[in-house]
Amino acid sequence: MLKIVNLHAEVEGKPILKGINLEINKGEVHAIMGPNGSGKSTLANVLSGNENYQVTEGEIWYEGHNMLDLSPEDRAREGVFLAFQYPVEIPGISNATLLKTAINEIRKHNGMDDISPKDFLAKMREKGQILGMNDLLINRSVNSGFSGGEKKRNEILQLLMLEPKLALLDETDSGLDIDALKIVSTGVNSFRSSENAVLLVTHYQRLLNYIVPDFVHVLSNGKILKSGGKELALKLEDQGYDWINKAELETESV
Amino acid sequence: MSSLTKQQESKKWYLSKIDPFLEHLNSDKNTCVKEFRDLGLEKMNKLDFPTLKDEEWKYTNISPILQHNFEPALLTALQETDEKEVAKHLFKDFDFHKIVFVNGVFNSDLSSLGELPSGVAAGNLRSLIHSHPEIVKEYLNKNSDDDNFFNAMNSACTYDGFALYVPEGKHVEKPFQLLFLNGNSSVKVLSQPRNLLVLGGRSSAKVIASYQGLGSNEYLSNIVTEIYLGEEAVLDFYKVQNESVNAFHINKTQAFQSRGSVFSHYSISFGSKIARNDINSVLKGTNCECNLYGIYLSNEQQHIDNHTFVDHASPNCVSNELYKGILDDESRGVFNGKIMVRKDAQKTNAYQSNKSVLLSGTARIDTKPQLEIYADDVRCTHGATIGQLDETSLFYLRSRGISSEIAKSMLIRAFAFDVIDSVKIPEIREQIHTLIFEHLHREIIKND
Ligand SMILES: Nc1ncnc2c1ncn2[C@@H]1O[C@H](COP(=O)(O)OP(=O)(O)O)[C@@H](O)[C@H]1O
Ligand SMILES: [Mg+2]
Repeated sequence: MLKIVNLHAEVEGKPILKGINLEINKGEVHAIMGPNGSGKSTLANVLSGNENYQVTEGEIWYEGHNMLDLSPEDRAREGVFLAFQYPVEIPGISNATLLKTAINEIRKHNGMDDISPKDFLAKMREKGQILGMNDLLINRSVNSGFSGGEKKRNEILQLLMLEPKLALLDETDSGLDIDALKIVSTGVNSFRSSENAVLLVTHYQRLLNYIVPDFVHVLSNGKILKSGGKELALKLEDQGYDWINKAELETESV
Repeated sequence: MSSLTKQQESKKWYLSKIDPFLEHLNSDKNTCVKEFRDLGLEKMNKLDFPTLKDEEWKYTNISPILQHNFEPALLTALQETDEKEVAKHLFKDFDFHKIVFVNGVFNSDLSSLGELPSGVAAGNLRSLIHSHPEIVKEYLNKNSDDDNFFNAMNSACTYDGFALYVPEGKHVEKPFQLLFLNGNSSVKVLSQPRNLLVLGGRSSAKVIASYQGLGSNEYLSNIVTEIYLGEEAVLDFYKVQNESVNAFHINKTQAFQSRGSVFSHYSISFGSKIARNDINSVLKGTNCECNLYGIYLSNEQQHIDNHTFVDHASPNCVSNELYKGILDDESRGVFNGKIMVRKDAQKTNAYQSNKSVLLSGTARIDTKPQLEIYADDVRCTHGATIGQLDETSLFYLRSRGISSEIAKSMLIRAFAFDVIDSVKIPEIREQIHTLIFEHLHREIIKND
């Protein structure tokens, strides 16, 4: 589904990603872990087409297309979704308006008619229920005055409503108490299928108890230093990131 | 002749129109407003058209207005219009008292006043002059000075406009919707409504005053509105300026507030080539509240100038001001917010905010707070921001599959939201949003 080859990217002239290679297939869950500032959000933003980040080298292939040619909206219409680390507030635009507009733009792209108001409402209720969100929250302005936890939950509501093929979740667990973490994980797990894929970006291992990954990658200083199964996350939890950085130094000195 | 400046030539033109205008008045000539007209004429003789050298006009060049000699509406053939045209310009889906003016003159056929509480006089100034001369004499031109040549010219031509008198303790529940249709296809017309609103103690009313254009010919709207609020009176006044693209709009609104009164003014400004809005209130009694909201948007080569003046003359009053501008293309906006806190006005609480978003690299806004504080125990806060649509928010919406054009409209709506949300007639909020998108030629976003 997604193939990243030797990806280099920079922000304001500062190199952040320095040669990422990653392949994600349908049905898989990948976790990217790494210390603050290692480039996790940069990777997620580059994948969804944020124009503040410039790709200087490398390729991104998504469903056989060269993804670097696509605008952010076209990537979304082709099934890429990013749950933001810091979701933005949009006063005066309701969650319902945002979602209905987004769904219809995606449907139009795929040659389908607008969703009927009835189907939309039913879907909104169904997905809201999974996340314990009532109609009230749904009709409020997008993230406006929401607590940190409510914002993250709202990102997952959007995920469930838009039903993308590739979900990029950037620190969806940060700032959540354990109950909220469980609810959000239930939401993500209800989304998982053999037809889609998830890339989880996280700082902590905690989330991976609830959303179990197939692969774990360690990102440090813009490079994937190590990849493994879910047990890698546990080792990171126990021993921190230091042992990897040391390993990196050793590799470089060879 | 050639030694006269454009300013002087124009002044001469308008002065030369006063006699023919007065001739035309017939039985309306020697009423109780005669002395106000005479005073206005005196001022016209004394004052000149404002120039960029005047501090109050330094961002607004009126010389394009002086390129034309506008003809007072009374001296021109009547501009025909009909119900269909009127319907196009009205806000819909709620009950209101409808009052229509064509080039500043009341049109009874197109108006439908409906029922009013006993004692309330509403309609046009010309009728009020005959039915309630004592009210007119007591309030007309009592709170408003003719600050400039335009104001003086309006005074000198006092004839018609909206008039409202609400006696003590009466409440008019349904809003008045005033439609001022301006423009004349065969002449460059001068429309000069003079509006007078007098609310007695503990009375209330709501007014929507829309200034709209007929056709594409140039015209000049030169308006003065005087508002008097008795003790604890409450008035919501919505001024909608949507004149034609080739029109000029000069407006002065002067409110006078007695103890405990609440005045909320909404200035919603889209249209015209050059618009100047002066919105002033004197908080004369204690415990008054004055709310000034504004949303102005401009595109192409438009120029919109907002001047506000909140005069805190008594203790314990609150004023709250929020103006937002959306500027596109090569258009230009001005916001000048003056707050005066006089020596006796202790415990004043004054708040002012002006925010602008520039949608193009060539749009421009000049924003200036102007605080004059002579009391020591006051709270006065003000702030101004100028920016573009937020890039992160734009990316957020696009990352949901929304096109960049629709995403921009959503952010424009989000920007205007708090001003529009403060409008207390819910039925017109969505209609105002739609007007905004139509004016900016952008995708219309309706909220679910
Ligand atoms: N918009 C930006 N402008 C400037 N620097 C940025 C921006 N985004 C990220 N960076 C820098 O890029 C590096 C990686 O950041 P980020 O990808 O957010 O890391 P992580 O998500 O792993 O914490 C940091 O040094 C950060 O300061
Ligand atoms: Mg991050």
